[in-house]
Amino acid sequence: MLRSKLTDEMVQFIQGAKDWEEAIRVASEPLLKQGYIEARYVEAIISNVKNFGPYIVLMPKVAMPHARPEDGVNQMGISLLLTEKSVSFDEEKAANIFFVLAADDESSHLDLLKEISEFLTNEEKVSALLSAKKYEDVIKLL
Amino acid sequence: MKILAVCGNGLGTSFMLSLNVNKALKELGIDGECKNMDLASAKTESADYYIGSPEIMEQLNDGKKKVISVVNMVNLNEIKEVLRKQILEVK
Repeated sequence: MLRSKLTDEMVQFIQGAKDWEEAIRVASEPLLKQGYIEARYVEAIISNVKNFGPYIVLMPKVAMPHARPEDGVNQMGISLLLTEKSVSFDEEKAANIFFVLAADDESSHLDLLKEISEFLTNEEKVSALLSAKKYEDVIKLL
Repeated sequence: MKILAVCGNGLGTSFMLSLNVNKALKELGIDGECKNMDLASAKTESADYYIGSPEIMEQLNDGKKKVISVVNMVNLNEIKEVLRKQILEVK
């Protein structure tokens, strides 16, 4: 499912971002442009991180920005942003890989999360993703 | 044994963590189940142990709850190690 959801327009590559907020905004843009989410969903993600801390950083170098379905999701989707320079969340947590997840109910996204979890468990794949330069490099890993 | 995986909104990070905690429990032979929940609900939900990222555990800890912090939500070895230390070796 990850492979079919992560279309060309959902994957972006940038040099870096001035802070984690900017990275999350850029990472969410494809979902916003394609109408999967409302602008308020992005604001909800950012305010959650401000309120609760960077719990969206799943492992070193990998973040999964997300909020709740009622925060403005129209359709389930996922986008991916890869940054060359790592983006800091606090003194300890930083990320180069941003999977923005938009779940439209409590259960539809669970298979997608299982797939992401399995992908992230594979160290070789994660390190190959970190050095991906174009869409083709990403899609062949999925 | 009831374990709650907790994150800010209870459906992304905590679900992913619960998948791996359940795997770890099985491999360690601990009889228990891990479910996921958001921080606000977890504050009033009773469980034997609560598990999540350090900043979430800090906010959940009221001095009575048994909390377990993990940094890497997908590293089965790290999760097994903390569960072994916090659950098996404490008993």
